[in-house]
Amino acid sequence: MAETGNPQFLRPVTAADADIGQAMTFGPDKPLTLDCGKTLSPLTVAYMTYGNLNVDRSNTVLICHALTLDQFVASASPITGKPGWWEMMVGPGKPIDTDRFFVICANVVGGCMGTTGPADICPATGKPYGLDFPLVTIRDMVRAQAMLLDALGIEKVMCVTGGSMGGMQVLQWAADYPDRVVSAVPIACAARHSAQNIAFHEVGRQAIMADPDWKGGTYQLHGTQPGKGLAVARMAAHITYLSETALQRKFGRNLQNREHVSFGFGPDFQIESYLRHQGMTFVDRFDANSYLYITRAMDYFDLAAEHDGKLAEAFRGSKTRFCIISFTSDWLFPTVENKRVAHALNATAATVSFVEIQTDRGHDAFLLDEPEMFATVRGFLNSVAVKVGA
Amino acid sequence: MNSALRPDLAAIAEMIPYGSRVLDVGCGDGALLEHLAATKNVDGRGLELSQQNVNACVARGLPVVQGDADTDLGEYPTGAFDVAILSQTIQATFAPRDVLGHLLRIGRRTVISLPNFGHWRVRLALLVNGRMPKTQALGYAWYDTPNIHLCTIADFVGLATEMGATIERSLSLDENGRTQPMHADAWGPNLLANGAIFLLRGEDAKSG
Repeated sequence: MAETGNPQFLRPVTAADADIGQAMTFGPDKPLTLDCGKTLSPLTVAYMTYGNLNVDRSNTVLICHALTLDQFVASASPITGKPGWWEMMVGPGKPIDTDRFFVICANVVGGCMGTTGPADICPATGKPYGLDFPLVTIRDMVRAQAMLLDALGIEKVMCVTGGSMGGMQVLQWAADYPDRVVSAVPIACAARHSAQNIAFHEVGRQAIMADPDWKGGTYQLHGTQPGKGLAVARMAAHITYLSETALQRKFGRNLQNREHVSFGFGPDFQIESYLRHQGMTFVDRFDANSYLYITRAMDYFDLAAEHDGKLAEAFRGSKTRFCIISFTSDWLFPTVENKRVAHALNATAATVSFVEIQTDRGHDAFLLDEPEMFATVRGFLNSVAVKVGA
Repeated sequence: MNSALRPDLAAIAEMIPYGSRVLDVGCGDGALLEHLAATKNVDGRGLELSQQNVNACVARGLPVVQGDADTDLGEYPTGAFDVAILSQTIQATFAPRDVLGHLLRIGRRTVISLPNFGHWRVRLALLVNGRMPKTQALGYAWYDTPNIHLCTIADFVGLATEMGATIERSLSLDENGRTQPMHADAWGPNLLANGAIFLLRGEDAKSG
């Protein structure tokens, strides 16, 4: 929360900067066919695994990450050095117990942590893709993960889980590969992106594109990075991850290292300082074009639209066991959106549980210490594991 | 597990056909659903208000949706279940008539258990003391009771009949939760029973 100096906006983030964990590259013989009609080849999928695959290959838990997260679920990020983003949930003895389960998380297509994305070199031009990178969808991300699992020889996953955009991928997985998904735990998500959510994303994208250093998406060729635009995008988005109550509790109208307001536009308030810090640190770990592409993938997500507007049809005949989790103060993916999914599943006689966790921490609650969420996931996974003998 | 099941729940379980699809509205910690799954191969679902109870169900591997009978039953498709169960809950709903209507629509059969506000102790308490009765079964003060729509057995039978439901079975419950068959229209149970369990068939449900 402390103020930092001027951020170094000039260093574009590339996977080459760091150890990205494991990676699988699919050559020209295995192109990824995208929803937009184009194909992506070659395709590298960077991923991390934790725990061991059992002899039956029945204990895989696939974790799908959110918009700005990555495959470093339960180990330190090589870029920031910070602990894995879900270490409270995933690890030895944790609700997703790596002593028991084989956990996989892959960086999404279009991302910037090793999986092919707009910052990578386009084989046709020999230059970074930039805006030549094809538009990707949540379904494309899931397709790439399915290719990875195929390559690893994993037919069925015991559970697919994730929060936010990760939850969208969970729903897509269950809809597209019902026979491969034994159970699904979508957390704090929705079957479609709302108008309000698209609106916030558009603000973020416009901020990036308004930055002169963005240069039509070709900033890598110019040795620049639209850091100011990306930071503003992050600041706006970050507000949507919190709740008014939590902001008030944490910051109120507290002033930042000063006794009185300055009668200027410096960061008088702690909340301003906090947001600036969030923006500044984000540009050191995330690629601006990736942010454009991945937010777009979320905007395009509407699972019902693929099934004549009937969400229930997406899950017809599904044998997957679902456990849907929402948070009371999440206004980005409110309970009502999560519950819509539960009702659609009920309508198809699918096996579904739904839990609404009481918390004032907003959307980000899924990343935080929420004992009821941990208890839910632990209990649910255990019951599934017992059933499949994992 | 069987021995731990409350006697009134055991009586309900006895009414559930083997291998049926069951929705338990207000399923609590899932004791009945678990019992039905284990002993009758029932494909059960629950709806439950309390987060703690929902978690208990999820940990037991039971599919339970956290929600409210008053607001969420409308989302369930017509005829989706062989049996819909509402155990000791109807008196705590805002709109019992709507809730009952949904249950009769969702389930081909509906099982309802309820406390009897016509019990002689209740009647006597009001008559003698002139105060809202507090009994073993209904142990709340008038100002903090969740039981906002209490009724007598006769009241419920009247509503069910008015809604076109057929009462296929009726059991009276004594203070220990033990059951015995009763005539739904008889005056005796309405005075003597602590509660009742009804097996209903909705107007539109086909016989069989």
